[in-house]
Amino acid sequence: MNVEQARASLASTLAVDIAAGAPMTVDVPPARWDEIARYAKETIGCRFFNFLTAVDWKEQGLEVLARVDNLDEGVSLMLRTKLGPGVNNCASLTPIYRGANWMERECFDMFGIHFDNHPDLRRILLEDGWEGHPLLKSYAVDTPHPPYR
Amino acid sequence: MALNDPPVPVIPAPIWRNFKELQEWEQLHKTRPEGDKHSPLFESVTEGIHNFPGGFVVTTAADAFLNWARKSSVWPVTFGLACCAIEMMATFCSRFDVERLGMVPWASPRHSDLMIVSGTVTIKMAPMLLRIYDQMPDPKWAVSMGSCANSGGPFRHGYHVVKGVDRVIPVDVYVPGCPPPPESLLNGLLLLQDQIAHFKKTGRRAPANEKVD
Amino acid sequence: MLDVDNKTRVEMDWSGPERLQMNMGPQHPSAHGVFRAILGLQGETVVDVDAVIGYLHRCHEKLSETLTYAQYPSIASKTDYVAAMTSEFAYVLAAEEIGKFEVPKRAQYLRVIVAELQRIASHLLWLGTWCMDMGGALGGGATIFLYCIREREDILDLFESLVGARLLYGFFQVGGTRYDIPDGWAEQCRTTIDRIDSRVNEYEQMLEDNAFFLARTQGVGTVSRELAEDVGIAGPLLRGSGVNFDLRKNVPYSSYGDFDFTVPVETAGDCYARYKVRMAEFRQASTIVRQALDALPSGPISSRPALKSVAQIRIPKGEAYARVEGPRGEVGSYIVSDGSAKPYRMKWRGASFSNLAILPHIIPGHKVADVVAIMGSVDPVFGEVDR
Repeated sequence: MNVEQARASLASTLAVDIAAGAPMTVDVPPARWDEIARYAKETIGCRFFNFLTAVDWKEQGLEVLARVDNLDEGVSLMLRTKLGPGVNNCASLTPIYRGANWMERECFDMFGIHFDNHPDLRRILLEDGWEGHPLLKSYAVDTPHPPYR
Repeated sequence: MALNDPPVPVIPAPIWRNFKELQEWEQLHKTRPEGDKHSPLFESVTEGIHNFPGGFVVTTAADAFLNWARKSSVWPVTFGLACCAIEMMATFCSRFDVERLGMVPWASPRHSDLMIVSGTVTIKMAPMLLRIYDQMPDPKWAVSMGSCANSGGPFRHGYHVVKGVDRVIPVDVYVPGCPPPPESLLNGLLLLQDQIAHFKKTGRRAPANEKVD
Repeated sequence: MLDVDNKTRVEMDWSGPERLQMNMGPQHPSAHGVFRAILGLQGETVVDVDAVIGYLHRCHEKLSETLTYAQYPSIASKTDYVAAMTSEFAYVLAAEEIGKFEVPKRAQYLRVIVAELQRIASHLLWLGTWCMDMGGALGGGATIFLYCIREREDILDLFESLVGARLLYGFFQVGGTRYDIPDGWAEQCRTTIDRIDSRVNEYEQMLEDNAFFLARTQGVGTVSRELAEDVGIAGPLLRGSGVNFDLRKNVPYSSYGDFDFTVPVETAGDCYARYKVRMAEFRQASTIVRQALDALPSGPISSRPALKSVAQIRIPKGEAYARVEGPRGEVGSYIVSDGSAKPYRMKWRGASFSNLAILPHIIPGHKVADVVAIMGSVDPVFGEVDR
């Protein structure tokens, strides 16, 4: 499925307009997050899992982004979902893409987003006993950590 | 130190979990009359020979010989942390060749004398670093290589970075640079050899860093 | 007479249910950095891997929110410190994409030259350390390592005369490059490239005639194409698994479309295939450098005037993801700008992070000695894994 077909099929599935441009950026409602990811993998052929991350928009809540690629056709798809203020639950993509495992653990570590159905959700970069989630905007960059400061 | 001097005060082993205790231990370490380099028995025997008429010839000669031996075979443990480790590897290789100074990079801390802390020490890594340092037999030395190990460097304000490895282990030589070129590290290692050559005369390692922030 | 029957015999059957937990790292000479793998062993066979990373987490993403677009590129080089040029490249490209900066043609060519030289330097370090890890079997331990470092020093000399630094450069800036090549640099570069090309041929003969090398790499650590795409590994690992994908070819950036080169692809997916891909990339990188030196246009090297303060570069609101093909694969930088002099959010897509995530999928079933070979063929750089 090439870029134009992918755009048309996604637009009809989600019933939204998708702007032209690379990468194709698709805003997904949080409830359909894993469903659209499965659609992207199985129908559009975006089998290459590029990365998953999040952005903290302060009072507007967290936004989760995932980028998947179809390497043969050159389709790049950026999936985004706004979790909304105060929400830190999101569906996990790990059952669909195995590469999402570490990325989601990193996201949990840095933003405190709980991914439902993740097989092994624990901190990956920081220690287990760490307090706070550093990439949230409310976390100061030079927050002291007692033993070594 | 003569035989009839008061005995060396026994310093409790530090509990490193707490930064305050670490500071207290450093304070004790500074006021300690003799470094942690020799056993008391060794000290008393050498002092006995030294005080015997004419014995100083033996002890000073032995001292010079031992120090020569120590400084000529400083084996650093291969402990690469970050970017500086690549420059450390370059230093160990054929162009700069520290092996001509008697330094063989050794993979086991239990056979090594020197730890080159090459790179950023993070809070997750600091206990491991301390454990590896503790595994090294005395006498042992540490070289802090690069800005990150000296003070945190460009990552000083990060939440996960220890602001200088001297908050974890005592350091003998600081090599500045980000990363220090191999020439710079070589200079630091030569300074360290100098320090080892005068080891018995000063009798203690470099004082702990009095840094405030 | 011995009472044999009354004694309890415990048989340590290697195929039984006993598991041994073995800890590898964080200080391990062949872990290529601070990496800890908790291996569950059954006899000599690894059945379970728990990879522990984060020992070099230096808060890059958080620090980048406090550093301006003029300051951060030199810090960006500390993510992937073995290939510092490519990580600067990714950051600068993303900032230029949001800010719509024009990059002069000469600067684009200079960027290509240093990126390809960096690829050669990085692959040399990989070859040396990987062969040293498998050293004993290759007969001669650190031989290849010392040879490779010798060649790498030549390239570092080139960088030193270009930038002044050996390892971390700060060569890139938003809008162009910071330095132009000095007199005589191009000739020095050509001789170095020619010499390295001939030396790489020697190494290839040396390794591929070695039965031990073949035995330790062929059929070890096989990654299928499906697994490779699913986990999202990139670069030589992906191309070693039969995917013909190279960002320089498929999504050309910074004038890569001007050059004529081929993308090596292997289909076996094992350590040997990854080795073949990287060895072919040596040659491709040197052809690109030669072409770029031949066609180097004249003109300015940066499109923006010199800065009077670090906060002078301001970038409009927006977001962009720029990716470059580093020696380890796709290095990407996702920047969200809020119109100020600093990014609102910056995400590194470290190639090594995704590449390392393949380890728990491919190591189980191999012997302990193969763990080292597989880890070396993945070629992780922990500054980029932990960021």
